[in-house]
Amino acid sequence: MTSPHWKSWLALAVVALSLLSILAPFVWIVGVSLKYQIDILTGTFPFKPVAVNFDRVLFGKSSDFIAYAGNSLIVGLSSTALVLLIGAPAAYSLAWRRWSKLFSALFLGWTLIFHMIPPITLVGPWYLLFREVGLYNTLTGLILTHVVINLPLTIWLMMSAFESIPRELEEAAVVDGCRRSTVFFVILLPLAVPGLIAAGLLSFLFSWSEFSIALNLTTKETYTIPVAIASYAGENEILHGQMAAASVLSTVPALILMFFGQRFILGGLTAGAVK
Amino acid sequence: MATILVSKRPVTDSAPPQSVVSSRRTRLLDLFDRHFRLITIAPAALLILSLTVAPVIELVRMAGARISFTNDGVQRTAALAENISRLANDWIYWRALLNTLAFVVTSTFAELVLGLMLALAAQRMTRGKGVVRTLMLMPILIPPVAIGNMWRLMYNPEFGIIAYVVDQIAGVRLDMLGSTSTALLAVIIVDVWHWTPFMFLILLAGLEGLPEEVIQASHVDGASSLQRLRFVVLPMLWPAIAIAFVFRSIGAFKVFDQIYLLTSGGPGVSTEVLSLYVFKVFFQSNELGYGALLSLVTIAIVCGYLAVFRIAQRRKGTL
Repeated sequence: MTSPHWKSWLALAVVALSLLSILAPFVWIVGVSLKYQIDILTGTFPFKPVAVNFDRVLFGKSSDFIAYAGNSLIVGLSSTALVLLIGAPAAYSLAWRRWSKLFSALFLGWTLIFHMIPPITLVGPWYLLFREVGLYNTLTGLILTHVVINLPLTIWLMMSAFESIPRELEEAAVVDGCRRSTVFFVILLPLAVPGLIAAGLLSFLFSWSEFSIALNLTTKETYTIPVAIASYAGENEILHGQMAAASVLSTVPALILMFFGQRFILGGLTAGAVK
Repeated sequence: MATILVSKRPVTDSAPPQSVVSSRRTRLLDLFDRHFRLITIAPAALLILSLTVAPVIELVRMAGARISFTNDGVQRTAALAENISRLANDWIYWRALLNTLAFVVTSTFAELVLGLMLALAAQRMTRGKGVVRTLMLMPILIPPVAIGNMWRLMYNPEFGIIAYVVDQIAGVRLDMLGSTSTALLAVIIVDVWHWTPFMFLILLAGLEGLPEEVIQASHVDGASSLQRLRFVVLPMLWPAIAIAFVFRSIGAFKVFDQIYLLTSGGPGVSTEVLSLYVFKVFFQSNELGYGALLSLVTIAIVCGYLAVFRIAQRRKGTL
């Protein structure tokens, strides 16, 4: 080949080194989560792995980790379902039906700005509003905020999914006497399923990870996993093994979804940049 | 038209009610169809109006007031001048802005350079690219809170791996998060670890989208690999670089979770950033009016940045 061998080896070395530095912290934290406190503090190595930390976090008497995981699941699943239900039709409307230039520009411009500002700046008004209407400290309130946070990305991803479908499909169906709404439900949505999967996976993962909103709109009964971990870290400065175990457990959904849906996630994450 | 067609369908005497029902249904469906454009966008528009536009307007209202919670509800007293003069003298806010800018600039550039190097290296690989991509997704997808927690343990001066390695090499027990001179660097390192993979993935996707022929042609023309990078690859990759840069810098500007976990802004104010300070004013000192003013200034900064970028992009386009 034209390129000399040593360059390929250098490239390989760079990639390998980077992978190592990305993965090493994960390995280390899993190691800590499998150690007794005394072994963590003395840095014993090699050590005999024990599940005691996971046991305490999951089934300990004073631990509500499973309840919080339930909250996170409810919020993640409902907000994902809602954001797809609301975002996909909106994307269709913007991409396929004719709106004035001003309207599309305003709508998309605003979602872009909203996507870019720190969410914490809106949590204050949300807090006041939710207190007034009784949504403060409810999962419903949190679900609504997660829907709105994930709406911009969902709309963009779905718009590009719809735009990649040839218009002739609809023309042909309409000529055959099909309603536009039927075309949307029966022809376009099924074709946009890859987009729906990408948007759904990303929305769920963002919701599962979201911290700054949940921190301020929930209290002890409605904590989600990230808030629980943070409060745990604040209270139990000393219980390093359990903190590590809780962190490791919180990554499980991401790892599962990454394993099954990485193609969609990758596409969704890089879609905006490479167009 | 569909209504006429259906109603003119020959109706047998045996089933008149069904046809009445079906024609009413058809009319309803027609109505639905005629307004389908509006119906599909309405829920999203309503949600955006009520949960983003209205709150921003509410922020403007709040910013001019002092808000207190009493037994008979929320009490507002006008205090615009007071809030503004307080902001002018609030050195912590300006320090937080400075810290945020340092954080954004340093981490985004480091991520860009490292991500680009890594993408160029990975592009040469003939096998195993898929595995690299998958593993690189990990830091992006797991909760930032877990990452903050993880690095807090790694930085721990007693048993953390980082302190241990530094001790082995330099012979000092380093408490990077606990010292005012190193805390900001420590949180930047976490961000670079967290987001370099994102830069890498975007730039690799960009690299793979480049037209093969142009690069082949530069081979034929005898360009060295450095020349090829400087004059062929980088100019073509520019759009992807620009977008990745904006996305990452805005993301870094929003930083909250990791710093909340790692240092909570300390020691002192050495890692205080905008989001964290707005949070503290809002929810720890319960000053919703002043917090709203800080929020508005923060939003204005983001909008200004986006505007500058748009103008720069247009200029570049016309040149």
